[in-house]
Amino acid sequence: MKSKKLVDYGKYGYLFSIPFILAFLVFSLYPILFTFYIGFSDFAGMTATVKDSKILWSEPFKNFATVFRANLFRKSFGNTCIIWIMNFIPQMGLALLLTAWFTDRRSKVKGQGIFKILFYMPNIITAATVAVLFTQIFAYPSGPINTTLIKLGLSEKGVNFMLTPGRVRGVVAFIQFWQWYGYTMVMLISGVIGINPEIFEAADLDGANRVQTFFLITLPCIRTIMLYVLVTSLIGGLNMFDIPALYAMDRGDAGGYTVNMYIKDVAFTGKQRYNLAAAASIIMFVIIVLLSLVLFYIMRDKDEAKLKKLKKQQLKAAKAKKAY
Amino acid sequence: MAKTATLHKESIGLKVVIYIVCVILAILSLLPFFIMFTNATRSTAEIQSSAISLYSAHPIQNLMRNWKVFNGKSFDPSTGFVNSLIVSTCTTILAVYFSCLTSYALFAYEWKLRDAFFGLIVGIMMIPGTVTMIGFYQAAYQVHMTNKLAMLIIPAIASPNMVFFMRQYLQASLSLEIVDSGRIDGAGEFMIFNRIVFPLMKPAIATQCIFTFVGSWNNLFLPQILLTKKEKYTLPIEVALLNSDIYQTEYGSIYLGLSLTVIPLLIIYILLSRYIVEGVALGGVKS
Repeated sequence: MKSKKLVDYGKYGYLFSIPFILAFLVFSLYPILFTFYIGFSDFAGMTATVKDSKILWSEPFKNFATVFRANLFRKSFGNTCIIWIMNFIPQMGLALLLTAWFTDRRSKVKGQGIFKILFYMPNIITAATVAVLFTQIFAYPSGPINTTLIKLGLSEKGVNFMLTPGRVRGVVAFIQFWQWYGYTMVMLISGVIGINPEIFEAADLDGANRVQTFFLITLPCIRTIMLYVLVTSLIGGLNMFDIPALYAMDRGDAGGYTVNMYIKDVAFTGKQRYNLAAAASIIMFVIIVLLSLVLFYIMRDKDEAKLKKLKKQQLKAAKAKKAY
Repeated sequence: MAKTATLHKESIGLKVVIYIVCVILAILSLLPFFIMFTNATRSTAEIQSSAISLYSAHPIQNLMRNWKVFNGKSFDPSTGFVNSLIVSTCTTILAVYFSCLTSYALFAYEWKLRDAFFGLIVGIMMIPGTVTMIGFYQAAYQVHMTNKLAMLIIPAIASPNMVFFMRQYLQASLSLEIVDSGRIDGAGEFMIFNRIVFPLMKPAIATQCIFTFVGSWNNLFLPQILLTKKEKYTLPIEVALLNSDIYQTEYGSIYLGLSLTVIPLLIIYILLSRYIVEGVALGGVKS
């Protein structure tokens, strides 16, 4: 009886999904396909149209080869990775430390709520604003940091934070770190809260100390959420744009030039090589899809378990109805 | 006894370290904003002599002067503010309503392609828009749709992340019996969704509203590429202009401009911070 009823209503499933599907086809799928077309064609220049362009059948991967050979692309990819690593390692480290402190069962840290709110705050502020603000704060020679350094006698003339690639990367990585460690901490804490308290009680009974509990119980239990944070952060990091683009207004030689800045510059300045920009996008697209697959592999167990549970519940409900 | 005493001492020492680190980090979170707000009321000379200070000889006067300089240049931040407000509000409404509708379709009905459709949603969830931006821009350009705010708004109808979140929420909290009772009362399916299910999703909607609004408000990459006319600029694009040459050494004006873009977000955050911090972990999958 029940299954027949559901089949009757099935058409509403399609009906209610139509807006999503239409918007997806027009604004996601079509642009993705179009990007692929451009990436494999000679589509370039301000007035380029589909009619005037053609797919490079004889040398389909020409654009990709050009991008891979381009010094600027390699440099931007390297910068992007370096900045991400420079920001992620201290970010995860600090987030783990704070998580260990805030979730410690023996000594509760007072004022946690306020600390969490303050640590997370930078994350919601417009990245563009943050980048310009930090440009002012790190300004040479009379920004707040430099005037303080001079006053404290730590530096005679101040430090030009935009001078060397290392410094630019350092500042950009620091800003990213400042914006994201609170987010990572909140995610990890929620992971720890989700752990069954009985496990901790058992550890207490076995006489495990604080450090042992954290490394042998807490860490392995939040492994999934850590990997989730890692992969999403990596995907976000590969798309880094706002902060490096606005801090120091780097045009390719200062160490803060990222892949998205490269893509934007190739497409919208000079000869407007849309085909090369699209090829670079596709390279990033493939990397991100691979990363996403890793992520879904990590997350897979949980969803399957949930689906199974749901099916069981439905079966039970059906049985209960029959019995009734 | 002796052992517990040393343990006690140790934990006091640890607590002191914890509080010191937390207070330093709290200051680190607040200091940039403190510098920004105070310097908005100070003159260029004052900022250059010491950039971290509450001291301003004539705060109100300086603020007025900074405001004049800020407004006297080639762009107009109020337009950016209005455009951002339009884009963020419409994006949030569309994304939330249609994500609820789609997640309801996935949750309440059994249809042949349902699992395939859900698989697709999960599959595209992780791909950021910036990666396909070239195709998006050219597709819009070829049909003369650049410089239209609608191009930033309408795509929100298909927000896979939010559909995923809403579906999980429905699974955890909605029983189909409510839907059935609606049917018995003779309500149509669409009416059941609008009158019964949608209002029931309020808690999930509230969290998602905040994140969608903030995300859209903060977006720079796509608007910067799509919008080339000044009267269409959103606030982040205007902020980006603050870094170019027009303001040169008018530091007070730059800080004032930045303060203006931060104030709405800070108000939202102060009012809703508890829900936001809780919502981060709930959201789990975020773009």
